[in-house]
Amino acid sequence: MDNKKSNTLRGLLLGAGFIAVAAFIFTGCPSQQSMFDSGDAAQKVYVAPGEHDEYYGFFSGGYSGQLSVWGLPSARFLKVIPVFSQDPETGYGYSEETKPLLMTSYGFIPWDDSHHPHISQTNGDADGRWIYINANNTPRIARIDLQTFETKEILELPNTGGNHASSFVTSNSEYVIGATRFSIPYEMDLDVPIDSYSEEFRGALSFIALDPETGMMEMDFQILVPPYNYDLGRAGKGPSSDWVFFTTYNTEEAHTLLEVNASRNDKDYVAAVNWKRAAELVRNGAGETMSAEYYHNYYEGNQGIAINDVKDQVTVLTPQDGQNFIYFLPTPKSPHGVDIDPTGEYIVAGGKLATVIPVHSFSRMIEAIENQRFEGHVENIPILDYDATIIGEVENPGLGPLHTEFDGRGYAYTSVYISSEIVKWSLETFEVVDRIDAYYSIGHLMITGGDTKNPDARYLVGLTKTAKDRYLPTGPKQNHPAQLYDISGDRMQLLLDFPTIGEPHYAQAIRADIVTPNVKQIYEMEDNDHPYALRRVADNRVERDGDVVRIYMSSTRSHFRPDNIEGIRVGDTVYIHLTNLEQEWDVVHGIAVKGANNSEILVAPGQTKSIKWEPTRTGIYPFYCTAFCSALHQEMQGYIRVSAADSDVPLTWSTGGN
Amino acid sequence: MNTYKPILTSIALFLLIPLFYACGGEESSDRQTSQPEVEEAGLSDFELEHGIGPVTEPVEIGEIDPDLVTKGRNIYEMKCEMCHNYQGRMVGPELGNVLERRSPEFVMNFILNPGGMTRDHPVGQELLREYMTVMPFQNVQRDEARAIVEYLRFYYEENY
Ligand code: HEC
Ligand SMILES: [Cu+2]
Repeated sequence: MDNKKSNTLRGLLLGAGFIAVAAFIFTGCPSQQSMFDSGDAAQKVYVAPGEHDEYYGFFSGGYSGQLSVWGLPSARFLKVIPVFSQDPETGYGYSEETKPLLMTSYGFIPWDDSHHPHISQTNGDADGRWIYINANNTPRIARIDLQTFETKEILELPNTGGNHASSFVTSNSEYVIGATRFSIPYEMDLDVPIDSYSEEFRGALSFIALDPETGMMEMDFQILVPPYNYDLGRAGKGPSSDWVFFTTYNTEEAHTLLEVNASRNDKDYVAAVNWKRAAELVRNGAGETMSAEYYHNYYEGNQGIAINDVKDQVTVLTPQDGQNFIYFLPTPKSPHGVDIDPTGEYIVAGGKLATVIPVHSFSRMIEAIENQRFEGHVENIPILDYDATIIGEVENPGLGPLHTEFDGRGYAYTSVYISSEIVKWSLETFEVVDRIDAYYSIGHLMITGGDTKNPDARYLVGLTKTAKDRYLPTGPKQNHPAQLYDISGDRMQLLLDFPTIGEPHYAQAIRADIVTPNVKQIYEMEDNDHPYALRRVADNRVERDGDVVRIYMSSTRSHFRPDNIEGIRVGDTVYIHLTNLEQEWDVVHGIAVKGANNSEILVAPGQTKSIKWEPTRTGIYPFYCTAFCSALHQEMQGYIRVSAADSDVPLTWSTGGN
Repeated sequence: MNTYKPILTSIALFLLIPLFYACGGEESSDRQTSQPEVEEAGLSDFELEHGIGPVTEPVEIGEIDPDLVTKGRNIYEMKCEMCHNYQGRMVGPELGNVLERRSPEFVMNFILNPGGMTRDHPVGQELLREYMTVMPFQNVQRDEARAIVEYLRFYYEENY
């Protein structure tokens, strides 16, 4: 928003607020103070029609499997980017181009649970090039390109059960991490009794190398660790940038009724991993190559059909004595989040069941390692002395502290699930200075520009798990809310409360001006390298090869070419390859065919997309443009004639009379 | 008294609302570089004859350059042919003989600034009323528009 304008606006609304207050003075309404507050809040989130928000918010869809995009502070809903679930609206996961993205070593999977989006970083700041997000259920990580806001790549993680501690990038996007939440036998498809848990099951921490030019992922190595639940992770910053941290729970190694059995120990661990050292060890041959099957799905060119690159090996590093790359920091009690402050010094753990928020010091941790202040070892991993690394315990944080982010001005904000609140506390005194309610049962929170070296202390978004009475009721199951708070002042102020899609599990927000200069308006036709693209409208055609028929079709306002096709037979497999020949921003065409057991496809300007259709009945099949593209959109239609399997109707196609 | 001040301010501000609204909203978020704003009234003689757009001076036209023809033809077949026939109406007007009706500069401006031409130029306005579809900007650069003109010149010489 233009600053000058918003000041005028502030004055205006303030004025309106005063009038309202004055009116209430005369009518004697008791709630003048709250009227004043909400007037102020409305002004802070007001973005005039046609103006743009200052931030992009990327909210994971949780069990929707997708990623939603919002403008902040207005909370304008911008888009859903389909990632791990099929999306019939766009044809994602239905079109020939995108189906391969959802392939795994278990076959095609139409759904997953997406949790933690994380924007790529350069020098510890979000650079807005790509956003990575994890799939929890069938462990994967996806890369979304922020030029096109499309999922471009998905990598499956082998030997992992529940990839929850993911997908966090290191401060120069060297690695994106993943980890097993549910330890499983670390060997392909090992069939063992469940109660062999402690002997046979293992955890795996995954280090996926990122290509600095393309953002492409490659499974570099995994670290084999004891069979705990690895819950969340974060990369270090500044002095700690060579390290990543994971929380663990279930150090009890329970495999049944974890609710009780994994809540016994006073302390679990934060695992601190020096990834640089681990990578060096791997380069020097300390790893072991194991067989594994996992899919790497991506596009080879600008466009085209995603490919499945099936891998059969992974490098595994098992901690040995003296390798000095992994340590356990005892941490109370079933910690969930582990978050590193902007200076890289404080390691804050959210102990779900703890009565305090424990804060470890990175420099003290290094000292403790140098002085070997170990209280023991598990599987060759030194356990550091709690007193040697801890620097503060925040008292009275409420019940069930989960996640922390930082404002870069010396304060931390922790979400507290059971007492449903956000507590703000000082990184100097470790004392709570402010608290505010969350509606209801807050999970993650995020700060604009957060989890970087330089967060913007402007807004905080709380991502909550139940809506209950907050909005107009929509039946027994309601959408999950998010709340926007102003954190620019001493006290947090609630500005907005709005429902989102799926379960907004975690989110990131980045200043829009970092992203918008790179956002594409069209796919340039000159660069269309799709194997079934039409480069010239005159090349539109239909080709038969046995039972396979390929229709090379074009769309422009307001017609398809060809739009009359005959000679298709029952039993054929028909591919419609539609190239949108538009070169104007946001002029999208779509196609749907009557009776096709498939979704529509939407095709962006300059893009080629394909759907498969297997007609089972003879007849005339109308097809039409599903996107309202022009004044003559209703004219944008065609017919396909399907004849009997043994018919000799010749294959013909045409458009217009001439 | 002090409390009157804000109220008076707000009343004053309320009176300003229409003014405020009058100021906003003009700027279009359209990033197309080749659509300069043009005043409704008062087209220059050059603009009336050669169109409104980035081409503001006569373009040099010489012998037909075969390389330029090839370049223009490739772009034309990729980005124009789906809407224009050489002969007879399609989504847009026939273009085989367009250089009989229009100057090279006019054709280039139409390619580079179709939105501006149909909004602000009398010929463009007339065409839009007739064809009822706004010709899109096809992401064509100026030198490419020049090449298309060369191709249309070539086509005309060969076929008319
Ligand atoms: C989506 C269809 C479409 C595409 C693509 C298109 N045009 Fe047009 N064109 C039109 C329409 C429709 C008009 C009539 C004006 C209007 O309604 O905008 C027009 C008008 C014109 C005119 C003016 C004709 C006259 O009689 O004055 C020229 C020249 C022209 N187009 C050239 C081109 C060239 C060159 C291209 C390729 C770069 C192109 N057009 C691409 C639809 C299209
Ligand atoms: Cu259409």
